[in-house]
Amino acid sequence: MSSSLSEKIFRTILGAFGVFIVLLMFSVAIFLTVGAWPVIRHGLSDFVQTQTWNPVNGQFGALAVLFGTLVSSSIAIAIAAPLGVGAAIFLKELAPARVASVFSFLIEMLAAVPSVIFGLWGFFVLAPAIRDHVAPIFYPLGEYVPIFRGPSYGVGILTAGVVLALMILPTMAAIVREIFSAVPQHQREAALGLGSTRWEAVRVAVLAPSKPGILSAAVLATARALGETMAVTMVIGNRNAVSLSLFDPGQSMASLIANEYAEASDSRHIAALMAVGLLLLVISLVVNAVARIIAKRSAAKWK
Amino acid sequence: MEHNGSYSGHNGSYSSHNGHVSLVGHGDNFESQTILESKDLDAWFGSHHVVKSVSLHFFSRTVSAIIGPSGCGKSTFLRCLNRMHEEIPGARAKGVVNFQGKNIYDMFSEPANVRRHIGMVFQKPNPFPAMSIFENVIIGLKLAGVKKGYVLNDIAEACLKQVGLWDEVKDKLSAPGLSLSGGQQQRLCIARALAMAPEVILMDEPTSALDPISTARIEELLVELKKTVSIVIVTHNMQQAARISDTTAFLLSGDLVEFGRTGEIFTNPRKSETERYITGRFG
Repeated sequence: MSSSLSEKIFRTILGAFGVFIVLLMFSVAIFLTVGAWPVIRHGLSDFVQTQTWNPVNGQFGALAVLFGTLVSSSIAIAIAAPLGVGAAIFLKELAPARVASVFSFLIEMLAAVPSVIFGLWGFFVLAPAIRDHVAPIFYPLGEYVPIFRGPSYGVGILTAGVVLALMILPTMAAIVREIFSAVPQHQREAALGLGSTRWEAVRVAVLAPSKPGILSAAVLATARALGETMAVTMVIGNRNAVSLSLFDPGQSMASLIANEYAEASDSRHIAALMAVGLLLLVISLVVNAVARIIAKRSAAKWK
Repeated sequence: MEHNGSYSGHNGSYSSHNGHVSLVGHGDNFESQTILESKDLDAWFGSHHVVKSVSLHFFSRTVSAIIGPSGCGKSTFLRCLNRMHEEIPGARAKGVVNFQGKNIYDMFSEPANVRRHIGMVFQKPNPFPAMSIFENVIIGLKLAGVKKGYVLNDIAEACLKQVGLWDEVKDKLSAPGLSLSGGQQQRLCIARALAMAPEVILMDEPTSALDPISTARIEELLVELKKTVSIVIVTHNMQQAARISDTTAFLLSGDLVEFGRTGEIFTNPRKSETERYITGRFG
């Protein structure tokens, strides 16, 4: 009797924990929706299509920050995906066990570096390097291709993208390594048994069946980049404008909120920031959900 | 070619002349050429000595069985014959394996090249899941640089016919390899190995994951295949060894106990361990 009673109490407590997490999630969404209501009421489509963000004149549009977030995250995943897959191939398929464990440890430590440290490094090391050494190479090209148009101030969309790439690289490498670990050894041996080289075996037996998993890892890593705030705020340049050049300063949704939340006093400014926050939340949730759906669809392959 | 003493008995033993090894002391003498032989082959996993100085002959166009209880080193020995053993971290092998008279452990020998001539079929059917039936058969050729579509089509058809799978799959060649039944998948894997036109195919308990009917089909297939390719098969199923093999080697704790003609091993074994094993008293 008493044991069944204690079981009931135990279950109720644990159930309450579960419900609490769900409620927390909903309360955040509700808080943002209520806060952003004055903007939503006027129509979100106008809000996301307007570029101008000028709190002084009371003009609020989210196009520039939407653009900044999407472009910097795209740069990040374009760099981190091949590097992460390459690192995973090295760690799982080529390196001797001892070397692999040392490298895995270092990559995991990269994930432990605080965001603000990446920001400092990005601002004092990467930004000057891009301004003085990388951007000038592309200036001649910039005459014809707007995305390379100069001059570079160091901080900007590209710098933010590169810093983000380093920050999501551990996630990418770790997930892809796990995907490779799920490939049974007999698949590699099947390829080797046909006279393939080590690299061919990796391509045929490991990379080919892992494609959906790698895609899902890339989407998950992108989701991390979308919301990253501190480091981006320090290196993106903080200018609310859409500019095609990768060297120009920009603004992301997260950096905009971080920059302005403390000084927003009038209610329309606050509502606009809430609306940007709501947009960021929705995009992040959707991207995460997509990653999980891809992962689930590709999961049941190995019996 | 010199023998060590382990199988120089009287009845059913082998003697060799000028690279030819002939079976003497039998009514139905056959003479066959050695295609593959190991000489004092040792293999380890880390510090664990799994195969101990095994010397064995395999003859051209025969089915050679390797039997023994679990953990006797028979699979490891087999995997040394095309340098697959060394792909496992911590695994190593020492000794000589002559394929057509050349040592595959020679410093100039390329493992990938060795495996093109000495193919492999595994315990669990392992078609590539991201590939169709057709792609599974020709992937080895593609990796080897064969590009012409009609060549690939012809070889795929010939190999699928050879394993008796053509009529079952000819209308769904682009279906995933994994859509086939277990027995069909294993025959697909044999077709995949045959496509490389290897001289030898090593088979590591190829029917242990299959039902009795699929097993019977594969056994018939192996007897048919030995007309064109030499087969070395590891099996824990002694009836299987007795049914399909020409020679049988019995391994115990990494040592070669006895090697000879299959009929001889099963009816008149020379060593008491062999007799006890094949009569089911251990293992």
